[in-house]
Amino acid sequence: MNRPPAIEVKNLSFSYGEVPVLEGIDLTVPEGEFLGIVGPNAGGKSTLLKLLLGLLEPRQGEIRLLGQPPRKARRLMGYVPQYPAFSRDFPVTVEQVVLMGRLGTGRLVGGYGREDRRIAARVMEEAEIAPLAGRRIDRLSGGQLQRVLVARALACEPRILLLDEPTANIDMRVENELFDLLRELNERMTILVVSHDIAFISRYVHRVACLNRTLVCHRTEEIDAEAIRQLYGGEVRIVHHHHH
Amino acid sequence: MNLLSDLGFLQSAFLAGLLASIGCGVMGSYVVVKRIGYMAGGIAHSVLGGMGAALFFGFAPLGGALAAALLAALLIGLIRLRWQAQEDTLIGAVWAIGMSVGVLFIARTPGYSADLMSYLFGNILLVSGAQLWQTLTLDLLVIGLVTAFYRQFLAISFDEEFARLRGVPVTFFYLLFLCLVALSVVLLVQVVGLILVIALLTLPAAIATHHVQTLGRMMVLASLLGMAFTSAGIALSWQWDLPSGPVIILVAGVAYLASATGARWLRQRRAEAATR
Repeated sequence: MNRPPAIEVKNLSFSYGEVPVLEGIDLTVPEGEFLGIVGPNAGGKSTLLKLLLGLLEPRQGEIRLLGQPPRKARRLMGYVPQYPAFSRDFPVTVEQVVLMGRLGTGRLVGGYGREDRRIAARVMEEAEIAPLAGRRIDRLSGGQLQRVLVARALACEPRILLLDEPTANIDMRVENELFDLLRELNERMTILVVSHDIAFISRYVHRVACLNRTLVCHRTEEIDAEAIRQLYGGEVRIVHHHHH
Repeated sequence: MNLLSDLGFLQSAFLAGLLASIGCGVMGSYVVVKRIGYMAGGIAHSVLGGMGAALFFGFAPLGGALAAALLAALLIGLIRLRWQAQEDTLIGAVWAIGMSVGVLFIARTPGYSADLMSYLFGNILLVSGAQLWQTLTLDLLVIGLVTAFYRQFLAISFDEEFARLRGVPVTFFYLLFLCLVALSVVLLVQVVGLILVIALLTLPAAIATHHVQTLGRMMVLASLLGMAFTSAGIALSWQWDLPSGPVIILVAGVAYLASATGARWLRQRRAEAATR
């Protein structure tokens, strides 16, 4: 029997009221792929993630994650939101945030179990934030907080990891470290990362999907001026970098 | 039962302040970290509608206050979930309509108009033994539910979207959470009155957030601070023959200013030490 792909999207359309946001999206992501989605602001990237997570319902079309509809597949997904989604001065420690990844498992009433704490300790080790476990999140740097959110998603023990603009608030050096971590994780899970930074992510991902209401996939080595012009409507100039 | 009803009115007043501070320290911490002071204000003020109606129809005002607070909490919760865009307008409407209903009922209730001031600004010296038992019961209910569902409440306060993705029934817990806020508001109304409730709900928690790492410790510290403020306020108002509610609030307000200034000074000292 064939294993279902990690993500399968067929003829997906979505609109907020009258305004079409996504039109006729087809996308198949096999298990184990590292896919980047790039596109201009308001091009529908976050909307696509919310549809994959089952937070929004499609107008038209179908989504299957490992063969299941999004709401049923939630347990298999880890989600790393763009981090200004919550207030930074919330009195909560790193470990408490990571443990939230264990919600929805175990008992309804009472605290976290021993197994939950064991898993939290393991993923904090993996994300290299174990020494910060007792620290309050407003005393973290941007890069450290981003790792906490990755650890929280890993605590869900996901088979698919979705990240929304993980590098929006961190500097270049930390960005590299984060993507090195994602590359390691990719050895055991499918990863889909949304970014506005096409040049950066194309060094890490297998394939780039360009989303601006419609979606076009490129293998990483095919990204050229023409692809970028199609995506951004010809207003972008290519700047050649010399890497030292 | 007799033990509590035999207390002198001053002891009853102190005890009522201590008991109310517990529920308020717990729920006030959520109100502060979730920044829903305005919602809590709406719930507090609409309590007058229930108290007025209870007086008019001859029931105990506390029952009316509880019913109105819970109704307002559910209404405001549904407004927030369904019509997010007009949230503040609609909460403002619930706030004012609740008060208007209360004032009209009280105006039509013979002989009770004098009590309006004590509902608005509190009169802790009129607390009865039965009210102390009711306060204790409400406290236990708040603490019991918050302990049982600590994980879920923390998750929906911190990051609602993520909680929903983990299969937490967010709408249910959100409404339950607002109902608990409503209960603690009712606890406090008899201590400081419904206009001053918000200050006593939020100031101790706001001070606590300057000094602790986690929400749990914030709740404990906020409860202790609440106890200190109500006790000091009652003592001072007794000493100088002043209304107790406003004195309690001024004590809390002064403590908040001192704590905020102190915390800022400490941060600057630390920053200077770090750069040296």
